[in-house]
Amino acid sequence: MQALNPVELAQLTLKDAVQEVIEFRGELTMVINPARIVEACQFFKETEGLEYNFMSDMSGVDYYQHEPAERRFAVVYHLYSMIYNRRLRLKVYLPEDEPKVPTVTTVYPAADWEEREAYDMFGIIFEGHPSLRRILMPDDWEGYPQRKDYPLGYEQVQFSFNYDDIDRTKPFAKE
Amino acid sequence: MVTKASAHSGHEQYTDWQGTVEELKGLVSDRALTGETMLLNMGPQHPSTHGVLRLLLELDGETVVSCVPDVGFLHTGIEKTMESKTYEQAIVCTDRMDYLNPMGNNLAYCLAVEKLADLDVPERAQVVRVLLAELTRINSHLVWLGTHCLDMGAMSVFLYCMREREMILDIFEMVSGQRMMSTYFRPGGLWRDVVAEFVPAVQAFIDYFPKKIDDYETLLVENPLWIDRTQGIGVMTPEEALSLGCSGPTLRASGVNWDIRKVMPYMGYETYDFDVPIGEHGDVYDRFLLRMKELRQSVRIVQQALNRLKPGPFRSNNRKYVPPPRAELGRSMEAVIHHFKLWTEGFSLPKGEVYVGIESPRGELGCYLSSVGENHPHRVHFRTPSFVHIMGALPFMAKQGLLADLVGVIGSVDIVLGDCDR
Repeated sequence: MQALNPVELAQLTLKDAVQEVIEFRGELTMVINPARIVEACQFFKETEGLEYNFMSDMSGVDYYQHEPAERRFAVVYHLYSMIYNRRLRLKVYLPEDEPKVPTVTTVYPAADWEEREAYDMFGIIFEGHPSLRRILMPDDWEGYPQRKDYPLGYEQVQFSFNYDDIDRTKPFAKE
Repeated sequence: MVTKASAHSGHEQYTDWQGTVEELKGLVSDRALTGETMLLNMGPQHPSTHGVLRLLLELDGETVVSCVPDVGFLHTGIEKTMESKTYEQAIVCTDRMDYLNPMGNNLAYCLAVEKLADLDVPERAQVVRVLLAELTRINSHLVWLGTHCLDMGAMSVFLYCMREREMILDIFEMVSGQRMMSTYFRPGGLWRDVVAEFVPAVQAFIDYFPKKIDDYETLLVENPLWIDRTQGIGVMTPEEALSLGCSGPTLRASGVNWDIRKVMPYMGYETYDFDVPIGEHGDVYDRFLLRMKELRQSVRIVQQALNRLKPGPFRSNNRKYVPPPRAELGRSMEAVIHHFKLWTEGFSLPKGEVYVGIESPRGELGCYLSSVGENHPHRVHFRTPSFVHIMGALPFMAKQGLLADLVGVIGSVDIVLGDCDR
């Protein structure tokens, strides 16, 4: 089977789900409508001539103050086709107040823990995920550390005179 | 709170679990909630988990019914830290992820920066990078072999492996001043040129090392104890390995011929002559054999790289990204300006995003770098093979195996917890 052009095929089949096509440094990025990401992944995985059968990577991005609030968060999917040896990046933009996107674990089982990481770090909700729990941070952690408005911070040194003061406000797991 | 659970046999059993039943549902089978099967914590402090990895095991006798990995004990927020440093400073953070593959991490990050900046790398730097990346692979495989055997009760192999690894670490110290956290690769080339003693030291190592691989193989390959404990254990078919996102030796042992050095070559790997060993059965033994073969292939690549090491510039001449040589600062005002700009503000990269994958000793190490045009990365994400293997392949292979075999399975996927948790 001849390798087919993913852009033409996607625009033909997915139509307005493909919001933007960007080519930069030889890498192809397609911005997809978040509501239709599962359909898009299914399409790229199963269409003959594309067959992006391997999910290399998935991660969240926070465009705080670089994009308007309705495009603050992004989820980036890196797909790879073992058959045609090429990569494709899918990207969805999510609003600040409700960063929700359907899970793609049904299409790519390997997205499971990557989605948990994006939830843990950015607070992005993956609807339908089998077990959306924190993965790297402790279970009782407050806030989402990789958001841009989350302070980088450092641990304040506790002395006997200010021990309780700091203990009350410090953002660490407590017993 | 579940402190007591009545067993199916009627008498009461105590469990140490302090969480709620809801937390456990979906993670372990319903039989665990009634006390029919036993829940056991393995780690986070356990000699065979290769770091701080906690596995929640559900056991039916000695059979593992389910395995829930719990990671994050070594999470140090490296990705977040890198966002607050300039592109050049951030390299330091990459060494500290996968501490057995420091040069490989440097390489993945530098390749991403170079791709985003469209920066050239001179021939000599490329050859040295390949050479050191392969030495790092040998270094990592030696630690893997040593600890894997140690888990299985073969103590002596560990000592031999550490002896040979010491020679590689000496070479690293020779070129970068550091044994492990080398930070030697920089965008556009290398930190400095290799020293004169480098070539004889590497030559001495690769003349000496193949005989040592023979020694390891004599100890293990036909050893009936070793075969008993590894053959037919932790089997993965190619389809299963692919859908779980496996890569590197773990995937190739299942029979999938996929090596990024071959299919998407970087740093001129396409010009080197080497084979990609492939496994057949996808069990612990095949993964072991495959990595032993990879050691020999890495030696081949190192020898070729050494032969083509010619004098020349060791970093790019693009002064917008690469600092000028010290000698120029006394003569050229422009050099002083570049030097000052690069060491205070650092360089800025154009707006955009790139993804670069390299073949690390464990599998595909990917670096996603996103820039909004500032002098520091806007977002760096590392697709680390250990993370994928722990969360996907490990629970899969642990299921329906014996508890004692789990130790071998953990060793065979070659995990590094620093790589997993970042």
